[in-house]
Formats: sequence, C-alpha cells, structure tokens
Amino acid sequence: MLDLRLPIGAYFVINSIILVVAGLINPGEIQVAEKNLNLNLVWGLVMGAFGIFMLVLWSTEKNKNSAKSKVQE
Amino acid sequence: MHVGFVDYLIIVVYFLFVLGIGFALKKQMLSSEDFFLSGRSIPSWITGIAFLSANLGAIEVMGMAGNGAKYGIMTAHFYWVGAIPAMLFLAVFMMPFYYCSKIRSVPEYLKLRFNEATRALNAISFAVMTVLMSGINMYAMALVFRLLLGWDMNASIWVSAAVVLAYTALGGLTSSIYNEVLQFFLIVLGFLPLTVIGLINLGGWQAMTAKLPAGFSNLWMHTASAAANPMGVDWMGIVAGLGFVLSFGYWCTDFLVIQRALAAEDLPAAQRTPLIAAFPKVLFPAITVLPGMMALVLFPQIGQGNDPNMRYDMAMPLLLGKYYPTGMLGIGLTAMLASFMSGMAGNITAFNTVWTYDIYRNYFAKDKTDHHYLVVGRLATAGGILISIFTAYFVMGSESIMDYMQAIFGFFNAPLFATFLLGMFWKRATPWAAFSGLVLGTLAAAVHFYMSSYPSEAPALHFSSPMAGNFWRAATAWAVCFVSTIIISFFTKAKPIEELQGLVWGTAPGISTANLAWYKNPIVLAILVALFALLCNLIFW
Repeated sequence: MLDLRLPIGAYFVINSIILVVAGLINPGEIQVAEKNLNLNLVWGLVMGAFGIFMLVLWSTEKNKNSAKSKVQE
Repeated sequence: MHVGFVDYLIIVVYFLFVLGIGFALKKQMLSSEDFFLSGRSIPSWITGIAFLSANLGAIEVMGMAGNGAKYGIMTAHFYWVGAIPAMLFLAVFMMPFYYCSKIRSVPEYLKLRFNEATRALNAISFAVMTVLMSGINMYAMALVFRLLLGWDMNASIWVSAAVVLAYTALGGLTSSIYNEVLQFFLIVLGFLPLTVIGLINLGGWQAMTAKLPAGFSNLWMHTASAAANPMGVDWMGIVAGLGFVLSFGYWCTDFLVIQRALAAEDLPAAQRTPLIAAFPKVLFPAITVLPGMMALVLFPQIGQGNDPNMRYDMAMPLLLGKYYPTGMLGIGLTAMLASFMSGMAGNITAFNTVWTYDIYRNYFAKDKTDHHYLVVGRLATAGGILISIFTAYFVMGSESIMDYMQAIFGFFNAPLFATFLLGMFWKRATPWAAFSGLVLGTLAAAVHFYMSSYPSEAPALHFSSPMAGNFWRAATAWAVCFVSTIIISFFTKAKPIEELQGLVWGTAPGISTANLAWYKNPIVLAILVALFALLCNLIFW
C-alpha cells in the first residue's frame, strides 16, 4: 500500500518552495509586534522542514522494508 | 482580500495531490472489503488523524471560530467536556464490540444485537443525514468562496463535487482517509500562524481577554445560572446536554467517524484511533475558538447588522484577510477548501458503505459477487454526490432551511446513544424495545423542537439561546429513549444469550493489553488524555 508519508512530504516541500520563492520575490511583510515579518519566507521554511521530516520517515521505513525482504529472499 | 497568482497556484497544487492519491490507490481496490473498509489494514496513527479530520468540516472550522466570537472560551466546552470524554468512552468501552463483531457499519451492529427493523431505521436515517450534510458542506463552501473571492456558486459546487467524486470513487475509504490526513496537516499548518501572530499583536492572552466582554474568558466560573454567561446555559445543561448526550451520541455512534476506526489493522489499533485523535483534539480550540475570540477584538462589529461579510461564521476568513499576505493566503484558503472537502468526502464514504451493505445488499440484491458490490459502491458514491448537489441548491433557496436541518440531525443521534448504551451493557434490552425506544426518542425531540419554535413570538418552551435549546432537546430525547426502552424490554421477548456472544458487555472475550508497550496501551493513553483535558478545564476555569 502507498506509504502516506511520501505524498504528505512531497506536498509540503512543494508548498514550501512556492512560499519561499514568493517571499523572496515579493516580501509582502506584515506587522508583528511592531516589527516587519516576511511570513511567506518564515512559514515556507517551517512547512519545508515538516515536509522533509515526513520524507525522512518514509525513506527509513522503505529501507527497513527492503532490507527485510532481502533477508526473506 | 486580494488573491494573486501564487494563491491560485497553491490551490491547483492541492487539487493535483488529492487526485493523485486517488489514482495511486485505484489499483489496490480489488475487493469490496478494500473499498469500504480499507481491508482493515491501516496503521493507527493514520486512522487516528482521519478520525479527527473527518469531523473537521465546515461546521468545525468556521462554526467553532464563529461560536468563539459569539460565546467566547465557553465554546471550548465542545472539546474539553464534550468530545474528549466521549472519545475516551468509545475507545475503552465500545470499540471492542464494534471491532470484534466484524461489522462493516454501525447499522449492521444494530441488526446483530437487535433486529432488522432497528437496523433499517438507523440505516435509512443515517444515509439521508449524510447526503444532506455533505450538501450543506458544499453550499457553505460555495457561499464562502463567493463572499471572499467572488467565485461563481455553481462553479464552486460542481468543481468541488467533481474532485471529491474522483478521489472517493477511485480509492474508496483509503483514499478518503489518506486525504483526510493530508487535510489535517494542511489545516493545522495553515491556521496556526493566525493564532500566533494574533496573540502577539494583541499583547498576549491577558491583554486580549481584557478587551472582551465579561464572561468570555471563563469556562465554568459563570455557569451557576444560565443568565450569567454568554451561552445562556447553566452547568447542568452543559454537562448533561452537551457533555453527555450530544457528544456521546455523536462520537460513539456516528458511523462517519467510527468507520475510520474499523479500518484499523487490529483491535488495539482500533482502540487507539479515537485516543490518537483526542490528543490534538484537546489543543484544537487554539486554532478554532481562539481565532474567533481574536476576531471579536479586531472586528467589534462582527455579528451585528445584516452585512453577510460580518456574520459570526466569517471570523476565520476575516482574520485570513487581515494577517495573510498573498502566498500564505493561498495556504489559508486551501486549508478552508480542504476542510469543506473532507467534510463532504467523509459523509460520502460513510453513505456508500451504509447504502451498499445495509440497504442495497439487504433489500435489493442479496448474494451477488463481491465485484458487483464494488461497482455498486462506486456508483453509490456518484449517486450520493449528485444528491448532495441537489441538497446544496435546495439549501441555497433559503438560509433558514440550513438551521432547521442542523437541528433535525440532532433528533437521531441523541436517542441512538441511549439505544447503544443499553444494547452494549444490558443483556435484557430486547429488539422491539430498542426499535420503539428509538422511534419514541426521535419523536420526543421533534415535539420538543416544535414546542420551542412555535408560535415564533412566544414558544411554549423558552430558552435564552438556541444553543441552550439544543442541549436540553438532546437530553430530553435521550431520556425518553432510555426509559422507554427499559420499560418496553420488560414486556417483550429478549434475544437468547447464545445470539449475543461478543455483542454485549460480559460476553466478549477478555482483551489483554498487558503485553503492549505503554504508549500503545489504550488504557494508559486514555488516562493521559483525560488528565490533559482536565488540566485545560482548570486553567481556563
């Protein structure tokens, strides 16, 4: 069965790239506690980190499974 | 609200992923068991998140934020005294009966425990409810996107229906569950910055609540009398109506959520499903109720006057427009879109199962091949969505129809919980008592509803808020069903005990949890969640 962590990871990495690029091209800053914050850039990076975490989980699980099936062979 | 190219790009990427998951799962849908029950093979972290997410429809996200703006922190009662205890009860006491009896749907349990008539009553009312609910979700979505973005309502309805149809018909329950998990993360990551930025800008919790009306920042302190708090309910009404009847009725008997647990790989995983859902559920008021309260501070005119853009339910979209630049706005809008679609898809997958197993197979075509039922399931998905679209247009005709429908859904769940409670924990409850109790309880709710709505100037039963009326109606319907089922049981014939093996308390095989690691043990998890919820009640007392 499709490991759900792959599409979730990929989805958030792609969103992250879109947000980071958007944040770099057009900072569109918002005011947070009287300071300017590039929300797209910051939250894009947070989402990217989450996406990569999911992909890491997916690839460790995949390696474990392929090791297991090799042993069985 | 200015929506740019980036925002549309983000929405398109989301649609592509949702459809991609449906296509990727298509080749694994070989039997009807795969399609309707995910082959009982899904790990509990996935079913747990889907359990939570199936309920994260329009009503949850927009409605809870709207209630936050209307009633303040007391809205969190829906979580900390409502959902959580019910989810724990389901996990610890009821799940063993649901999972071990190998049922495919909740009505099927009623057939095994009671009789065909009880099952038919429940299956039909449930099937009608789900397609209506899905239509309401569709309509709510179209309404929001017209107000926010000026999208055409017809286009919103048909496009969203087509996407949901594509992924649920292709990948069945698995596809619905997988997408619900994706939607969950999107909703959390999409709305979390609102809470953080809002709290910082308003100077923290203390400074924010200082700007709110009195009674908006306490859960229990002002509930000694109904008049003293914004919700207009006293603590008895909250505990009995919401905490006990409404929440247990929904979380413990609604097939929409229970179907997610039935897809789990084994009994402990099925039991963990509501528990894994309960941890984030405790925290959810932070991204639903809290933004609503912020919206009241930032937009004091919310809920006043007739401007449709300033209704309480618009609290969440208003905040998105205020704080999110183009880019994050796309994420926020996609998260809202996702919540509507998961509400719709959850209802549709529950509908196609009940229709195929409980109605079609039972009354129209017994003993067909498995492939036949798989095809019927796919067709039922299309049929269910088509009916939902008609419902959406029907509701569009009059806003007040939507309110009535919401109230009517409560008619079925509250008495049903009394039937299940007696069915699972009292061997003497008889089939015909269960059936008549269910009918009488539903009738009692209808009479209560009529008496509190007509004549509209001075109804016979008066409540200080519609919410209070809902709580007491649920409590009444439950009590009527509970008492009448017990009384009638003494005058009717019970099922022989041999037919009740594994269906009633005391006949189930003992379940050993001793060999599980503590973090996999349902009892340990349940105690942790209970303490967590108790803590929240004390902090915001």
